[in-house]
Amino acid sequence: MASYEWYASPRNYELEKAEKALQSQPAASHPLKGITVTEIKQVDSRGTPARETKPAPKREFVDPLSSGDPLGADGAISLAFEGADPLSRFAAEAEPLGRARSSSEKKKDVISPDGLDESFEPWSSKKAGILAKYTTSEKLSITTSFLSASDKEKVVIKTQHHAATVTDKVKNRLEQLDDFEEGSVKEMMNLSQQDYVKRIEELNQALVTAWEQDQRVKSLKIAIQCSKLLADISVIHFYPSKFVLITEILDTFGRLVYDRLLEKAQYIPPGSTKPVRLPSNFTPADVPESAKETCRNWFFKIASIRELIPRLYVECAILKSYSFLTSGEYADALKRVALMTRGIGDPLVAVYARCYLCRVGIQVAPSIRDHVLPCFDDFLGSFVQVQNDSVQNILAAQKMEMPLYLTLFSPALDWILQCLAHKASDALLNTTLEKCKQDCNNALLLNSIMSAFHPQFIANRATFFTEMIRECEDTGFPKHLLQQSLGRCLVVAETPEDQKLAVLSEVWKSVIKLKNPADYISCAEVWIEFVVKHFGKREVNKILADVIKHMTPDRAFEDHYPRLQSIVSKILTHMKDFSQLFSLDKFLPFLDMFQRDAIKVEVCKNVLEAFGKHQVETVNDPVVINAMMFLCKTVHDSVNALTLEDEKRVIAALLCGFIAGVSFGRDFEQQLSFYVEARGSFSNLDPVLVTLIQSVNRLSIDTRQVVKGNHSRKTAAFVRACAAYTFITIPSLQSVYSQLQLYLVCGQVALLNQCFSQADAFFKATISRIPELPVVLDTEGKVRSTEPLLVEFISNFVSTLVATPDSPEAGVLYLLRGLLNVLQDYTWDQSSDARVTVYTRVLAALSAYSQEEYPYHVDKVDANDAMYGGDPKFLAEVKGVADTLTTQILAHLKSLSAPEMEKRKTALAFDLLTSVIAHSDMSNTAMCTLAANLWGLVQRTGQADTKAMARLGSYIRSKASSGAKGFRELAAQTKIEV
Amino acid sequence: MATLDIRLKKVNKIYKEGDVVAGLVVVNSKGECQHQGINLTVDGLVNLQLSAKSVGVFEAFYNSLKPIQLLQYPLEIAKPGRLPSGKTEIPFEVPLKPKTGKTLYETYHGVFVNIQYMIRVEMKRSLLNKDLQKQCEFIIEYKTQEEKAKPKPVPFTITPETLVGVKDKESIPRFKVRGKLESSCIQIAQPLKGELIVEHCESAIKSIEIQLVRVETCGCAEGYAKDATEIQNIQMADGDVGRNMAIPIYMIFPRLFTCPTLSTNNFKIDFEVNVVIIFHDDHLVTENFPIKLMRF
Repeated sequence: MASYEWYASPRNYELEKAEKALQSQPAASHPLKGITVTEIKQVDSRGTPARETKPAPKREFVDPLSSGDPLGADGAISLAFEGADPLSRFAAEAEPLGRARSSSEKKKDVISPDGLDESFEPWSSKKAGILAKYTTSEKLSITTSFLSASDKEKVVIKTQHHAATVTDKVKNRLEQLDDFEEGSVKEMMNLSQQDYVKRIEELNQALVTAWEQDQRVKSLKIAIQCSKLLADISVIHFYPSKFVLITEILDTFGRLVYDRLLEKAQYIPPGSTKPVRLPSNFTPADVPESAKETCRNWFFKIASIRELIPRLYVECAILKSYSFLTSGEYADALKRVALMTRGIGDPLVAVYARCYLCRVGIQVAPSIRDHVLPCFDDFLGSFVQVQNDSVQNILAAQKMEMPLYLTLFSPALDWILQCLAHKASDALLNTTLEKCKQDCNNALLLNSIMSAFHPQFIANRATFFTEMIRECEDTGFPKHLLQQSLGRCLVVAETPEDQKLAVLSEVWKSVIKLKNPADYISCAEVWIEFVVKHFGKREVNKILADVIKHMTPDRAFEDHYPRLQSIVSKILTHMKDFSQLFSLDKFLPFLDMFQRDAIKVEVCKNVLEAFGKHQVETVNDPVVINAMMFLCKTVHDSVNALTLEDEKRVIAALLCGFIAGVSFGRDFEQQLSFYVEARGSFSNLDPVLVTLIQSVNRLSIDTRQVVKGNHSRKTAAFVRACAAYTFITIPSLQSVYSQLQLYLVCGQVALLNQCFSQADAFFKATISRIPELPVVLDTEGKVRSTEPLLVEFISNFVSTLVATPDSPEAGVLYLLRGLLNVLQDYTWDQSSDARVTVYTRVLAALSAYSQEEYPYHVDKVDANDAMYGGDPKFLAEVKGVADTLTTQILAHLKSLSAPEMEKRKTALAFDLLTSVIAHSDMSNTAMCTLAANLWGLVQRTGQADTKAMARLGSYIRSKASSGAKGFRELAAQTKIEV
Repeated sequence: MATLDIRLKKVNKIYKEGDVVAGLVVVNSKGECQHQGINLTVDGLVNLQLSAKSVGVFEAFYNSLKPIQLLQYPLEIAKPGRLPSGKTEIPFEVPLKPKTGKTLYETYHGVFVNIQYMIRVEMKRSLLNKDLQKQCEFIIEYKTQEEKAKPKPVPFTITPETLVGVKDKESIPRFKVRGKLESSCIQIAQPLKGELIVEHCESAIKSIEIQLVRVETCGCAEGYAKDATEIQNIQMADGDVGRNMAIPIYMIFPRLFTCPTLSTNNFKIDFEVNVVIIFHDDHLVTENFPIKLMRF
């Protein structure tokens, strides 16, 4: 094998740097800011061109992606979609589509434009809650003629087509109505709840299908049959859910009727020949006679429904269509229907019918509330019926307790009261309250009032309500629910200062008396928030102590972990000062109640999260640190072999957050001892250890900064201690790659702190760990080769070595030699050229080694240039190594002879060529020839990046023309014209 | 194949005496259509029928009374000829004038009395083709009425004591239902209103209903036949309602099946309202109120 030589060109880095440096100029404005301004303009010009004239450059730096912000700044614009980003514009456009599909969304949309703000909780948000709460395992039955599609329907439709006169048609329709009242009705028995819900959904479908097939009478019949189901209270516990399901169908029906009428009510505006849809705010005068006639027919038809409940519900459902007839009809109709509900004997059915009326009322005419008060009064009036024999019989038959029965009223009553209370004057609310107090001071009612009225209203009368709660007669509605409702109101609203303590003591007195742990804890859960919000730690502590006292007997806490957890999280949200939190002497005992491991860990995690979120300043309070250490340890110890990767990451992030939040200021030694303790506690998680190591590194650098690089004996000892800490911590890391990186960083830190032997040790450790680097790395499910990482790492490492002085005990360049030996033995991937790439880098480093002065130095550390002072023996050593490397590289290039390796070969050759031209001495003929040969090789294969080639060519040319030694020859040999 | 259709200008088809019924006869034809003339007739008839119940089956069959013609107005709207293929619209206008000595009663569809107004169109065709016919009903309402509805409140109280025709008064549960109808003389376009209060009742109530009944009287050779039949039944209360609560009575009079109360030489149409209280054991109590319906 032919051997090659390497001659490094002498360089003066200072001079080169000065030559290459660009002329700097003072900047007039921040470059990034300028870019942002143009971005904003683009966003604006897309939609509202008028706003282009705005003085946009005045703005602060705004993230162009969050285009909501710049728009929001202009206020009024936020109404228009045009200015919004395209995505939300799409969403806005897509909305009408979605609206046509689902009725529930439609409902929401109908409500919102009518001046009801967010303070009015829409029905759609209550629905899910009701459906989830009121369920049954009993068998239900459904009575209908539509589910089994009988061929009879078709016959009926046929005759309808032939019906000639008005009378015939009417007769026919009446026959159909009779038809379903008498024959063909089937009762489906023994349906489970799921089946029942499914059937009702089917009915809904049937209604829509019938409507689309122009079978309006059939749809009406379905609507009537559905509303008939609401008169049935045979499975009483399911009634609220049934109400939700069936009124959904009725809403659909009402919407269909309204839309159909709207479509029919097209009119020809003056000066046009095409019929146009009515505007959304039409008046009855705009409606053509034919549409009015159809509309009237609907109302006539419904008025002739025999039974009360279907008539009432169906009329409510199509109430909106009154707007086609007369403008003032809503108020009258609502009032009339409100009175009609008095005819419903069963109090539960009646209250839900009123609820539906209010729901429709608020939807079609939010401003009209005249009907709500009568509804409510009627409810009060009819409430005595609950004690009736008939109701009692039903309850007895269904084996239902009175308190449970009463809770069935809640959703409807809540809704009625919400309609009543929304935006109502205080006077009205006061009278309502008075009425309740006088007529029936009832727990159920009080509860609904508290959940429906504005919390601030309740809060202003907090003491009054506590009295009401105390005094209200016990009709079986559990009082602890009242306490909870009151608590919920007071938590949201501002209670007057003078009432707070009185309210709390009054409420807590009665809460303490609760025997059932479930009742007790559900109250405590609500009230703790009130206490944490408005009172000091003494009270919180007291409550916690009380909760512990109540929950400990019979290990009651075991059944109520979620509520206890919620107590903790409420405390955490409001007590943001952790030193205060941990000074509660009952807080940790409270946490001790979580005895199931999973939950305990969960709670600890919550605390840690809160710490990360709320603790902005660093802590040094030993109480907090100790407590937190304890919690962290609990969390840390929960990690085992089965823990999921994600879970580990979360935990590690929490622990790191805590570690980062602890700071003792200038007391570095205590800081270090904290890190020592933390390492002892959290040894299982790599990321935590990495954080610890880095923290200690920072500590070491901080120390250096304090002494400005001139270590005293004490500080030197301290930084050595830091180095020792990191040195013994790194091996416990799982990941070899992390180890490598940390060794390098720690070595750099040690070097910076003039701890030479430590730095040496780190670097040696680095070199010895390299062979253990796994071939592939599994990150986030993706397997990738470590070779690119290794190449990068070694480049970094070699650069560091340039500034590292040789140890006096070891030979010249022993670290670099060691590295090269390791690399020699490293099992490289056969199909890659990473080894040669690394060698090329090392060549560059060796060239730097042979300079008189090195390109960079570590502050206050003499590198080899100062150590050897350009000793020829040293230079010879360096050259020897370089020669060997050159030889090996070229040998490798030769081995790549197969045609399919052409590309790899070219890349390597080009890489080498650039190194040769940059670092080697061109005036040496051997180097010059080498360069020319490489150039020829790269040219010949034609696989090289032509642009890079051109650039290199121009570099050679400029060098040659500036008279650099050897370049003229090179140019001649490579046939580059100068 | 041709089809015939009548389209009236007024969508609701409601006319008054003296109005002009205007509209179009629409002929849709797939080819040229030859015909022997198109005739249109406006008819107004009172049909009377005797019920089998009141006069016996045979009498009912034989003595069916002769219809009374209130209006007849034949009109030739097209002379024999050809109609082009496609849609042909022939406008027409007919003044509504009753035959001498007759008045145009309001349209009414009953059981034994029917007052109906029709427009008939007939297209005569050659022997090979069937004649085409189409008819269309329109509705007559009074223009004026001398007598106007004026509120006549009807208070009522129903207790076991007020009942008549009960054999065993002991078995009736004690109850008292009080209430009122706002008026017994009502405009037909307005609803029947009132209220009803159950003051007390021993037995549970199942339902309270209000029944609208027509009373049709037809004169005939042997005197007259009077029959009461139900028009509709509207439930006011469902289940055991709260005591001492005013439950509204509200009923809209159905169109066509009601008309202003009418009394003529040959027939009479009256209306009555029944308040029906049904107890839990399906026993029921009825209170009858004659009412007078007016157009104005």
